[in-house]
Amino acid sequence: MAAMTSSRLEDIFLNVKLNHQERSASISPYVTLLDALRERFGATGTKKGCNHGACGACTVLIDGRRVLSCLTLAATCEGRDILTIEGLAAPDGTLHPMQDAFARHDAFQCGYCTPGQIMSAVGMLDEADQGRPSAAGDVRQIFNPKCGLTEPEVRERMSGNICRCAAYQNIVAAVMEVHFEASVTSDKALR
Amino acid sequence: MHPFRYVAATDIPEALAHMAESPTSRFLAGGTTLVDLMKSGPEHPSITVDINRIARLRGIHFDNESGVLRLGALEKMSDVGADLDVRMNFPAISESLLFAASGQLRNMASLGGNLLQRTRCLYFRDHTFACNKREPGMGCSAIGGVNRFLAVLGTSPSCIANYPGDFAVALAALDGVVHTTGRKDGDRSIPAVDLHTLPGEHPEVESVLSHGELITHITIHRTPCSMRSHYLKVRDRSSYEFASVSVAAGLDLTEDGTIRDVRIALGGLAAKPWRAMQAEDILRGRRIDDAAVVSAAVAAALVGARAYSQNGFKITQARAAIPRALHIAAEMVLDGPRVEGDHV
Repeated sequence: MAAMTSSRLEDIFLNVKLNHQERSASISPYVTLLDALRERFGATGTKKGCNHGACGACTVLIDGRRVLSCLTLAATCEGRDILTIEGLAAPDGTLHPMQDAFARHDAFQCGYCTPGQIMSAVGMLDEADQGRPSAAGDVRQIFNPKCGLTEPEVRERMSGNICRCAAYQNIVAAVMEVHFEASVTSDKALR
Repeated sequence: MHPFRYVAATDIPEALAHMAESPTSRFLAGGTTLVDLMKSGPEHPSITVDINRIARLRGIHFDNESGVLRLGALEKMSDVGADLDVRMNFPAISESLLFAASGQLRNMASLGGNLLQRTRCLYFRDHTFACNKREPGMGCSAIGGVNRFLAVLGTSPSCIANYPGDFAVALAALDGVVHTTGRKDGDRSIPAVDLHTLPGEHPEVESVLSHGELITHITIHRTPCSMRSHYLKVRDRSSYEFASVSVAAGLDLTEDGTIRDVRIALGGLAAKPWRAMQAEDILRGRRIDDAAVVSAAVAAALVGARAYSQNGFKITQARAAIPRALHIAAEMVLDGPRVEGDHV
């Protein structure tokens, strides 16, 4: 792809894959991905909490990795694969297991941090599945997600998502259930 | 944010050329410091030079023969912290990365940017207060103000800001080297202990890097001290919080507990990682269980510490944290990587 440049007054023409669809928009260099999502692409599911990287409400997946959209300049996302809360459910509307678990475990009150919590949890479980250790464990041990994802591990790995309503207990329960169900499923698949 | 020009460089010469176009140009890597400070005010570059496409700045490579670890400056905190070679041969480095920030931030932030992060001093970040770092000569609101989180070592009448990073502390302890390139000085290799500067009369200067000088990679040599190393981070919250005090400790211990070699660096206490070489000298050749010697080393490490109105507690914390970090390092069992859940 061509390197992108702009003069101070010129916009950048941005092309991204957003929730499996090719999208494009003309944006100024200083537009954050969060603002581009909400104001240009109509994807208002991702929320602006603190707008400076402290709360996690703006969490999205870029190329499968969880990041903060409020500290990401949209211009740096040229050609990238972005997944927001709107893109989690299946095309036929079937909820993603994480969305379903959050609903059943009542893992939200006002719901404002919730899209960020869900996206972060989905990204987090992927990191755990890759065997990545966390500060909750011993870095010199091989991390085994099957027996390693305890409640302290979940809390440590989710510490970048803050909930003013304090729904943490139910958020952890929802995440643990999705993780456990996934392990059970993969065990069954191996037999 | 003030408007700026955005350019994406595909190689180093192109990046350096763009940086030379203006004295207020800035490199853009992960953006977690730069975008944050552009929003809150201290940073308003005329040009941001996106270096994320430059392949030469990537790579995590450990040579088991030579024991040299090479980390590309663009590598993410999360990827380096999770790398098995880093975890087994330089555990304090892995810990310093995994104990920092949040999962999302660790996925975004580069090593080079992490080294150059700015102080969390709230007066630096709030333009309605006086700050000599942000505007030289304006004064320092922190010295008579809210200074609970700020420095007790290496301060000056101009500035008591502290450096909040963790990776730089572990790197300084383990004699890491920061490699750079720039139009002014060509290629340079800077010991991590010498990267950051104390405020003195110029708190606006934070490192020895010149404008337009680009960190390309970091190297660390495996040693017995690097293998038996620990990063202890003391803070108000157990996660997603900067250090009140931190200690990177490495020990080369004989079977019977004699210290053949030792490395200690302190974080949270100064405008740069505080390498405690006097303390190391006191400990070398002595026994790790000699409380009097450890006490003497602690005193040496904190020579010159001065409390401001709200942060004297940090000195007390450091006096407890240093022996604790050494003890944890001493108790480490150095067998090969064990898998959780393995039944022996």
